[in-house]
Amino acid sequence: MNGAEALLESLRREGVDVIFGISGGQALPIYDALAKEGAGGIRNILTRHEQGAAHMAEGYAKSTGKVGVCLATSGPGATNLVTGIADAILDSVPMVAITGQVPTTFIGTDAFQEADIMGITMPIVKHSFQVRSPDEVADIVKKAFFLARSGRPGPVLIDMPRDMSIAPVKSYRFPEEVSIRGYVPRVSPDPAGVEAAAALIAAAEKPVIYAGGGVIIAGAQAELLSLAEKINAPVTTTLMGRGAIPDRHPLALHMLGMHGTAYANWAVGESDLLIAVGARFDDRVTGDLKKFAPHAKVIHLEVDPAEVNKNRAAQAALMGDAKETLALLAQAAPKKDNSPWLEKISRWKRDQPLRYHKNGQIKPQQVVEEISRITGGDIILASDVGQHQMWAAQFFQFNHPRQWLTSGGLGTMGFGFPAAIGAKVANPDKEVWVITGDGSFQMNLQELATSAVYGIPIKIALFNNKSLGMVKQWQELFYDKRYQGIHLENVPDYVKLAEAYGLAGIKITDPAQVVPALEKARQINDRTVLLDFHVDPNEHVYPMIPGGQSVAEMRLQPDERRDG
Amino acid sequence: MFTPSGPAADKRSHTISVLVENRPGVLARVASLFARRDYNINSLAVSTTEKPGISRMTVVTTGDERELQQITKQLNKLIDVIQVMDHTDDVLLEREIALIKVHASHDARPQVMQVAQVFRAEILSISPKDETMVLEVTGDADRVDALLDALSGFEVREMVRTGKIALVRGAKQT
Ligand SMILES: Cc1cc2nc3c(=O)[nH]c(=O)nc-3n(C[C@H](O)[C@H](O)[C@H](O)COP(=O)(O)OP(=O)(O)OC[C@H]3O[C@@H](n4cnc5c(N)ncnc54)[C@H](O)[C@@H]3O)c2cc1C
Ligand SMILES: Cc1ncc(C[n+]2csc(CCOP(=O)(O)OP(=O)(O)O)c2C)c(N)n1
Repeated sequence: MNGAEALLESLRREGVDVIFGISGGQALPIYDALAKEGAGGIRNILTRHEQGAAHMAEGYAKSTGKVGVCLATSGPGATNLVTGIADAILDSVPMVAITGQVPTTFIGTDAFQEADIMGITMPIVKHSFQVRSPDEVADIVKKAFFLARSGRPGPVLIDMPRDMSIAPVKSYRFPEEVSIRGYVPRVSPDPAGVEAAAALIAAAEKPVIYAGGGVIIAGAQAELLSLAEKINAPVTTTLMGRGAIPDRHPLALHMLGMHGTAYANWAVGESDLLIAVGARFDDRVTGDLKKFAPHAKVIHLEVDPAEVNKNRAAQAALMGDAKETLALLAQAAPKKDNSPWLEKISRWKRDQPLRYHKNGQIKPQQVVEEISRITGGDIILASDVGQHQMWAAQFFQFNHPRQWLTSGGLGTMGFGFPAAIGAKVANPDKEVWVITGDGSFQMNLQELATSAVYGIPIKIALFNNKSLGMVKQWQELFYDKRYQGIHLENVPDYVKLAEAYGLAGIKITDPAQVVPALEKARQINDRTVLLDFHVDPNEHVYPMIPGGQSVAEMRLQPDERRDG
Repeated sequence: MFTPSGPAADKRSHTISVLVENRPGVLARVASLFARRDYNINSLAVSTTEKPGISRMTVVTTGDERELQQITKQLNKLIDVIQVMDHTDDVLLEREIALIKVHASHDARPQVMQVAQVFRAEILSISPKDETMVLEVTGDADRVDALLDALSGFEVREMVRTGKIALVRGAKQT
């Protein structure tokens, strides 16, 4: 057994069934080991760009909670992974990225295709390893997976110099246990913290639960609901927390923040207690920190101590996995009624629901609503980054954790389509959609080939507004309509593009065709379908709280501002 | 309720001891963290410890209470970091060493020696031909600063100064 074979054996023991990647000189021994995998062995999905591979690994991971694995050769292969690794650290995605490297004897000599990927990725990994002996491969893999998935999940890099791949392993042993003295991920919540939190709940009259991506990661939907229902607190979800509570639940306030619902932002603005669960007070949520939830005390349920008191001071902190801490808190908290507060919120919900104006053109919001309605919300939905992402987050009715895959922290255009492919590979029986923009889709459309060759059918709803819409919105609102660098000019012809890959393409220009087109797409299940929706190019995302401002500055519609 | 950190907030100097795995790249990881999160490093000393495989970094940094908390928490998140101790409330024994090369003509030499004596600095070398002397001073930062101050009337040709090293007095761990 050589180092590369030890690598694969160790991956198998970690339960890896698929790797997304592209080969090259320094990764050849690893691919050779992959070639020797028999039927039922680890599958290799050849992507068309390593960035695609990284986002596929993320889509695989986000949709399952398992660790996604991507693989690249040294130098340019490795650097092409960088955006995906950065995306994974900001959104806490468990990922192991494996890179080939020049032989140890060449490291530091500017050898062919040498890039210091350890150095390049140092600020964007949870941890990284460079293999220095084939005998440590098993141990490194064990540690890498443990680190990637435990505590606050994140990407871990394994850099594998070529000579380590081909050198023989003296005696292979996969460790049963792993212990890293500098890493103790699970802290149990301090009982005093639970009591303090319960007392804050008892005293509060206007509580709001602010549920983030940590609830999804913890798989704590049931625990969240039991707390919310016991204390009758409405629940707002961040972009990353969509699905933490079913959107149809009467306590659901939907998304908060820059493009959140008016009622969620008003509720937070007026709340006297904010229960933040697996949420990190990101600036897209808080705007001006000094004016965010100014009357509220804060209970923070977090797994990462560095998030507590980072942007906002907490009066009580419950450290640990949200599944456990939510259960403890639900048990300790008193039953509450809060009916005046809930009535006020219902009024806000009634008066200011999310809305848009129909005008004879296809409205992107309408397409999202129809996808949600027709599928019953029971799909995996990926998105890219931009206006379409916000409309997807606003108008899709989410039911479950892990059905929503989006790039929130890094905001990576090009994330959506490969992430959808990764999710479909992990969930072959689920219907997987991606809502994308013409700008974002073009950043990783080469993966149409991957989808075609492996027969991974995705339903692509492309919102073609012939522009970088989100940027256009900002230039319109904050730069006096000095449009610059936003026109995409309706190139390429997306139907022909899909057909060129042997896939299905449908162009939709009339609102009346939206539903028939969606229904048709649902009938085509043997290959990817690209729906080219020519949407109203002048539609913008509302409500909007301009960056760095507060709920008082929220714009409900292009020409409408109003306080709750 | 929320105290933003900024120039107005209460910034001060803090000494932190960071015990790390003695592994290649660990210094880069710590330095990268300080750079990426925009924390200051005023001084840094790295050394082995009494425990094989564990190194100690003594870092002097500036920040307010919240920044300091963030620095220690973020350092703790590095996998190769075993322990972080903030010494703000400790009684610390602190030392720095400076080597100072001063220009000292034949006539000036006694004055330099006098200054050295006051600060208990050692004279490591005297080169009469090129009229230089090298002084070594060991002490806390104030002592080193004071010596440099006292030498301000002379021409300091070269100077090198270590980062601070520190241990907590008594049984408490550093
Ligand atoms: C164009 C654009 C617009 C955006 N607009 C908005 C907006 O209007 N509203 C909005 O909300 N976001 C918006 N975002 C997203 C935003 O940038 C952040 O990504 C997002 O708000 C962060 O979500 P979060 O706080 O849930 O944290 P996440 O990034 O999901 O982090 C998860 C948190 O949970 C913790 N955690 C992890 N695991 C556990 C566990 N097991 N138990 C407990 N805690 C755990 C982690 O330590 C971390 O603090 C936008 C992004 C883009 C690209
Ligand atoms: C890789 C990358 N480059 C640039 C940006 C900045 N950016 C944010 S949204 C956006 C426009 C997105 O356009 P499109 O995908 O067509 O979506 P739309 O906003 O039109 O729905 C841009 C350029 C980004 N987020 N990611």
